[in-house]
Amino acid sequence: MATRHIISVLLENEAGALSRVSGLFSARGYNIESLTVAPTEDATMSRMTIVTRGTEEVVEQIVKQLNKLIEVVKVLDLNEGSHIERELMLVKVKAEGKLREEMKRMSDIFRGRIIDVADSTYTIELTGNGVKLDAFLEALDPSAILETVRTGACGIGRGERVLKV
Amino acid sequence: MEITGAEITVRCLQEEGVEFAFGYPGGAVLYIYDEIFKQNKVKHVLVRHEQAAVHAADGYARATGRVGVALVTSGPGATNAVTGIATAYMDSIPMVILSGQVPTPAIGLDAFQEVDTVGITRPCVKHNFLVKDVKDLAVTIKKAFHIAATGRPGPVLVDIPKDITTHLTAFEYPKSVTLRSYNPVTVGHPMQIKKAVKLLLSAKRPFVYTGGGVILSEASGQLNKLIKLLGVPCTSTLMGLGAYPETDRQFLGMLGMHGTYEANMAMQHCDVLLAVGARFDDRVIGNTEHFNSEKRQIIHIDIDPSSISKRVKVDVPIVGSVAQVLDELIKQLQATKDRGDQAALKTWWTQIELWRSKDCMKYDRSSKIIKPQYVVEKLYEVTKGDAYVTSDVGQHQMWAAQYYKFDKPRRWINSGGLGTMGFGLPAAMGVKLAFPKANVACITGEASIQMCIQELSTCKQYHLPLKIINLNNRYMGMVRQWQQFFHGNRYSESYMDALPDFVKLAEAYGHVGMRIEKPSDVEGALKEAFKLKDQLVFMDFLTDQTENVFPMVPGGKGLSEMILAEDL
Ligand SMILES: Cc1cc2nc3c(=O)[nH]c(=O)nc-3n(C[C@H](O)[C@H](O)[C@H](O)COP(=O)(O)OP(=O)(O)OC[C@H]3O[C@@H](n4cnc5c(N)ncnc54)[C@H](O)[C@@H]3O)c2cc1C
Ligand SMILES: Cc1ncc(C[n+]2csc(CCOP(=O)(O)OP(=O)(O)O)c2C)c(N)n1
Ligand SMILES: [Mg+2]
Repeated sequence: MATRHIISVLLENEAGALSRVSGLFSARGYNIESLTVAPTEDATMSRMTIVTRGTEEVVEQIVKQLNKLIEVVKVLDLNEGSHIERELMLVKVKAEGKLREEMKRMSDIFRGRIIDVADSTYTIELTGNGVKLDAFLEALDPSAILETVRTGACGIGRGERVLKV
Repeated sequence: MEITGAEITVRCLQEEGVEFAFGYPGGAVLYIYDEIFKQNKVKHVLVRHEQAAVHAADGYARATGRVGVALVTSGPGATNAVTGIATAYMDSIPMVILSGQVPTPAIGLDAFQEVDTVGITRPCVKHNFLVKDVKDLAVTIKKAFHIAATGRPGPVLVDIPKDITTHLTAFEYPKSVTLRSYNPVTVGHPMQIKKAVKLLLSAKRPFVYTGGGVILSEASGQLNKLIKLLGVPCTSTLMGLGAYPETDRQFLGMLGMHGTYEANMAMQHCDVLLAVGARFDDRVIGNTEHFNSEKRQIIHIDIDPSSISKRVKVDVPIVGSVAQVLDELIKQLQATKDRGDQAALKTWWTQIELWRSKDCMKYDRSSKIIKPQYVVEKLYEVTKGDAYVTSDVGQHQMWAAQYYKFDKPRRWINSGGLGTMGFGLPAAMGVKLAFPKANVACITGEASIQMCIQELSTCKQYHLPLKIINLNNRYMGMVRQWQQFFHGNRYSESYMDALPDFVKLAEAYGHVGMRIEKPSDVEGALKEAFKLKDQLVFMDFLTDQTENVFPMVPGGKGLSEMILAEDL
């Protein structure tokens, strides 16, 4: 049975490393739901979070194939333990007339923040796991949503578990 | 003292002890060629097509175990090399390919002869690099050799922009490199090995299945010791032939799509399977579900964790080098008094001998037309089983694998994973350069040989007296066989029309040509050819056009569902 996995990868911060990972996924037909990457506190290294979907056998292969890439330093399937997952979303919504009050209220309920205000729009910033962000979008009147952008998930293990070299 | 990037490149090759660089010049590598001109430690071999440069370096690597080196220019030079690189990648062959690139400031501007070589080759190399600073050049080349030769070997490409070859810097070749992100595991886990020993000793129907990893790991000695110690039957993939002597009774022949009846039956019906440096390829186990329908416990030794439990679930995975793991396994086996279930083993052997008695490899020896199998058998006799044999891809490749009995590793050189027609002749050049005194034969077909036939010219230039055995059936026989079995005898585009006169062609290139049309002439012709020590002899054998390769596991079928010659 295919399940959702969130995989953290530490890799050399080198040109081309990202395309090796994305190339691996397309070449072997693995699914990518989201992929985020940025340098870590050690600037020679990047941390990537990949959300994928697959059977246990496929995910085992994904982890092995990632480890095999020469520039990959460490790989961790966060699903192996408890973990925290966060995603950032920016949503531009209509905010005219009675919608203006309504949007403020919705943003508050979901612990969002209005980070840009114009005569007829708000831009709301929202953080949470994917389910929460989806729920927010569903709670809004679709015709009020002008634009959305999401970062994709990033994740970290709970407690003392650390992914480091 | 500062020297140019071009000189650094050549000095690095010298430092690595590279004997031969197979290549072809062009604009982007002119400075490197200029440095090659000024020295004589690294001998450059000028091929006639970049694909052949890579295949020749590959043949050299397979025969010697050393890293093969190829040098090509940017753009078309690099794209021509891709088939060769992918061939080496699929069979895990250690190689370093140096490619020229347009000058750094021109990259990305659609410059003349610019292609994204690193991008194009990324999926078919173990790793690749684009050098952006001359200061990184030496260490990058060092890394390339290190990565190519360690762990699961493979080709590594270094793309060098032209301006880098003119920039100056001090040269120092690092003695060693370490990469925090690359540390292949070579030592098998002792507990896993212990489990393996226990399982092997509990077996009623044990079987050992070995592959290319035994040869890559130089573990032929350990394998022999283990098989003798256990007294069990064994088989090998196409890539592992020769690691265990094929003439020994405990060897059941190759397994897989064109494996022997006894090897495939034993594979299907064993209760404990020890897989050693073999990757459960689809051509080896056939239909996975059918394979899994029989209960057996599997121990798998491989240096690459991703080879383990990829297609078939494994019970005792052991990540490590074959040589090290077998050493430890043998040590533990010798330390115990337990000799396993000898009575069960005896019954198992009785069953195996019954399978063997089917004589699945028999063919019509009284034929008036030359049978391809007969040519290979005679080649084996004439060369006393001691030649290096390369092959192309097709039926002739299978007959070569089935009828030449390899008793030593690195003697059988062919493209298994990619199945690249055109591999045989250039690969044989690499072998002959490595072992000038050895007999080197290339078993090929009239279709395959034409894919790199231009290399006959290279053979002339470098005096490479190969013996080319062309099993000429006037068909792309392997394609024709599938069309006969699975496409209702519709031989769509598989007939080789307008063939050249190979005898004249060989002569035109300055070699000796022979045409052999009768079975009674086969042996004499081969003897005569091998007597011509200093000549390349192209032997065009007109063979039976309708001969097929047996046994055959049809696509999608299980290992024990073979078609045998006697069934038709
Ligand atoms: C026309 C045609 C027909 C074919 N028919 C057959 C057939 O009937 N039977 C058959 O067997 N093949 C056949 N093949 C070849 C097949 O496609 C595969 O190439 C082959 O089976 C793979 O062999 P292998 O499993 O030994 O793997 P290889 O490709 O040789 O891989 C070697 C394995 O060993 C591991 N390894 C490498 N170095 C080490 C080390 N130092 N220590 C430990 N492990 C190591 C690698 O990680 C890898 O898993 C055919 C090919 C063609 C073109
Ligand atoms: C480059 C390449 N193109 C196509 C194929 C598909 N193919 C496999 S075997 C074969 C026919 C080979 O014919 P020949 O060399 O005459 O050998 P035979 O099978 O007749 O012995 C072909 C076309 C291939 N393996 N490689
Ligand atoms: Mg043919």
